[in-house]
Amino acid sequence: MALSASNLNAGDTYTESLVEDLKRTQIVMYAGASGDYNPVHTDEKFTKELAGYPSVFAHGMLTMGMTGTMLTNYVGDGRLTKFGVRFTSQVWPGDSLNATATVEDVTDGIVNLKVETTNQDGTVVLSGYAAARVD
Amino acid sequence: MAVDKFPVEGSHIMMFARSVGDDNQIYYDDEYAKGTEPGGVIAPPTFAQSSAQFDPDYFLRPKPGADWFGSGKEATGIKKEPGSGGGGGGGGGLHAEQHFEYHRHIGPGDVLTATVKQGEGWEKEGKRSGKLIFSETITEYHDQNGELVITARGVGVRTERPVDQ
Repeated sequence: MALSASNLNAGDTYTESLVEDLKRTQIVMYAGASGDYNPVHTDEKFTKELAGYPSVFAHGMLTMGMTGTMLTNYVGDGRLTKFGVRFTSQVWPGDSLNATATVEDVTDGIVNLKVETTNQDGTVVLSGYAAARVD
Repeated sequence: MAVDKFPVEGSHIMMFARSVGDDNQIYYDDEYAKGTEPGGVIAPPTFAQSSAQFDPDYFLRPKPGADWFGSGKEATGIKKEPGSGGGGGGGGGLHAEQHFEYHRHIGPGDVLTATVKQGEGWEKEGKRSGKLIFSETITEYHDQNGELVITARGVGVRTERPVDQ
């Protein structure tokens, strides 16, 4: 499962599809699990009529959580030491997301990764970094 | 959010993993998890965010008998409109950044506390949403032995108007 430093090179990439056609129900699941019930994520009436958005949209942390799945699938369970992101664009129901980790360097048993998640139009919705212990 | 007691529980980890679409057995199957490197069920990387469940005053959770700004008969349950569309996120602002440092991976049986320090604040002029007001918070999660297990840094942003699409 875990990565081996000797097999990693700067520029290596790992990509996963996170979700196809994101459903409102998944956003509701995330609201329930995380405890963030901000109506802009689940309440279409409030979001359109009061908040001024065309529809509900995903929690940034849902996108980060899904991106985390790509990372742990790549680096192995319990191996992450850092994971940080900026949310650069909103994610909407119906979106399909892909996430990519790119190796920046491997130093002292730690791989540093650049992390990016894009939607079906190629728009970057999340941009960040991660670090993980490697063998 | 500051939390006095955040008990990490297996069923909560399972629900959280499901909600992010992660079917990795290490998040729900004790027997499987025993044979993995961590040696037991662990929480997914962003799980600490769900400490909101254990903040009795968390403002993004409806509470019995209290007004709630989401819709019922009307678009909002608050008589006075919340700001003038302020916040860009309907009351909570928007989440701009989130960072985690893992000192140890947590699992069922851990009982955490979360302490919050206010970080920096800054402003920026945004093309799609007018003035942006950023504020940073640093949350430290300690376990039942007083050991620091996760350091989290979040940046929230309030916008002058909803973000243009």
